[in-house]
Amino acid sequence: MASITIRGVKKNYAKTQVVHGVDLDFASGEFVVILGPSGCGKSTLLRMIAGLEEISDGTIAIDGTVVNKLEPRERGCAMVFQNYALYPHMSVAQNIGYSLKVAGVPSAERAQRVQAVARVLELEHLLDRKPMALSGGQRQRVAMGRAMIREPKVFLFDEPLSNLDAKLRVQMRSEIRKLHRRLSATSVFVTHDQVEAMTLADRLVVMNGGRVEQVGTPAEVYSRPASRFVATFVGAPAMNMLEGTVTLDGLSLLGGSRKLNVSRTGLPVGAKVAVGVRPEAVRMVAPGTPGALAATVDLVEELGAGRVVYVDLDGAPFSIVTSETVHPEPGSTVGLQFAEADLHFFSSETGARLDVFKASVPEPVL
Amino acid sequence: MEKRVTFSKWTIGILFAVPQLILIFTFFYWPAGQAVYWSLTLQQPWGGGNIWVGLDNFRSILSNASYWDSITASMIFAGISTGLAMTIALVLAALTDRQLAGSWLYRVVLIWPYGIAAPALALAFRFILAPEAGFMAVVNQVWPGFWDPGLDGTDAMASIIIAFSWKYVGYNFIFFLAAFQAIPRSLIEAAAMDGSGVIRRFWDIQFPLITPTIFFLLVINITESFQDSFGIVDIMTAGGPANATNLMVYKIYSDGFKGLDYSGAAAQSIILMLLIIALTIVQFRFIERRVHYR
Repeated sequence: MASITIRGVKKNYAKTQVVHGVDLDFASGEFVVILGPSGCGKSTLLRMIAGLEEISDGTIAIDGTVVNKLEPRERGCAMVFQNYALYPHMSVAQNIGYSLKVAGVPSAERAQRVQAVARVLELEHLLDRKPMALSGGQRQRVAMGRAMIREPKVFLFDEPLSNLDAKLRVQMRSEIRKLHRRLSATSVFVTHDQVEAMTLADRLVVMNGGRVEQVGTPAEVYSRPASRFVATFVGAPAMNMLEGTVTLDGLSLLGGSRKLNVSRTGLPVGAKVAVGVRPEAVRMVAPGTPGALAATVDLVEELGAGRVVYVDLDGAPFSIVTSETVHPEPGSTVGLQFAEADLHFFSSETGARLDVFKASVPEPVL
Repeated sequence: MEKRVTFSKWTIGILFAVPQLILIFTFFYWPAGQAVYWSLTLQQPWGGGNIWVGLDNFRSILSNASYWDSITASMIFAGISTGLAMTIALVLAALTDRQLAGSWLYRVVLIWPYGIAAPALALAFRFILAPEAGFMAVVNQVWPGFWDPGLDGTDAMASIIIAFSWKYVGYNFIFFLAAFQAIPRSLIEAAAMDGSGVIRRFWDIQFPLITPTIFFLLVINITESFQDSFGIVDIMTAGGPANATNLMVYKIYSDGFKGLDYSGAAAQSIILMLLIIALTIVQFRFIERRVHYR
């Protein structure tokens, strides 16, 4: 159990900077997921916590101790790697017990602790096998066991599920979650898979281009994305985004071809904004319904429990997720309706979230 | 399914193999067969018939103390030069593996010694290790009489070992570096997370994972030290002083072409061939047993 404090952390490789000053606080026992597209610096940040990458600037403290200059082994972290990184020449028992062997734990105690960990992970019958004789899920569990046996203060996961097939991934996800509840060690989990992120996280950190875009619970990040990037990255299908301009009586969208009547937004007239609405928040109505936007159906994807309808809004792609049993024909016209409260406003220039519809909010400078 | 090319008639297949078979027969089986025949006869140095003597040549060689000295010298040479060439290459490769910037340069530079013909490098080392000039002259200046390969058998042996090792360090280095780089980085990192230091990681993770390469190089080095040493010995010591560096391969030459004992030399070459075949069998056993980790 340990808290992690990250202050102004930067990472440079030769001339390129990949992490641009990150400040984060992870509470003791928390399960934090760092989510971002590949190349956003999330793995680099994790590896800096682990001690596998040097910290170019700023500090990382574990339990109040700055660990910048400490070797990986002195930091009390255990890590699960994406490709598991099991020692191919050692048996499962030797893999799990290696850290204890290095630490000089007597072999009797070592065997006992390996047994205990193997029991939790249901690996007891595999202890004599070599990693090459294991399935993907079993290797994953051995990698977890190797991390667990050290009883670390901090668990680090570097995309540990991305090499598994879809079914196993769901299963391992819940196992990791259960394990965390049981061990309640501070855990930092890096992934580019938003479903993984949403389901596992106590708190979600969304990163992009070496910067933190938003920190919050999965629900917060979903319902109040802090930036246009977060809005489109979190949620599948992605949030619909329409470029527009604030007018006297509402919004002019898509270069003036569409009008949307909304309450006073508090934004200055003429301000350029991006208006987002989640596909799940859009309702399909009969074309011509007052206040609805007319659109042409492109494609319908059947999901079983519901369907995704892709429509064309004057050339702009737009998607709707519906659980109603409607099957609009491609090429037909439908009306799109959504509640004002489901609209998200972002600055067209900075991508930052704009607070609207609140009288108390001062007019932002755009 | 794998697609295989098949020939309707086996004769076509044979025809394709014939050029290769002719080469192998002409330059390997025929001379080797000839050597076997000579080793069982007594050849006249200037031609004019021979006498069948059975295994007498072998008996005479194996009962000759100087031949056993030669075998001992060859073993010492093989053991030390292989150990030296492999250890130095292993250390260099392990260090290079950690700092990869410009590793292509090391590779190119370190493979060059292997490309130099043995007599050429022997000549270079003859100057470098000459007791009266060059580097060792400085050492002799400090400790007079410390180094004289012309008089001291041990010094002579050391000279040819150094020259041979220098040539094979580069060769071994290339293989070791490739083996080290084939180890996934994350394995080393996992070991670091498990609390293992640099040295411990080397022995626990890297070393076991490059054992197939180590075995391969071990056999290649030993085999080559029996064969490729000829040029070095001939230029640097000519088998002397007092036969101290008269390795098996050199003794075949000197007995055969200087002593004109063709039959004895042929018998010696058969023994050397059997020794190398035995070593090759060992090599195949290791390759057969080689662990495929992934």
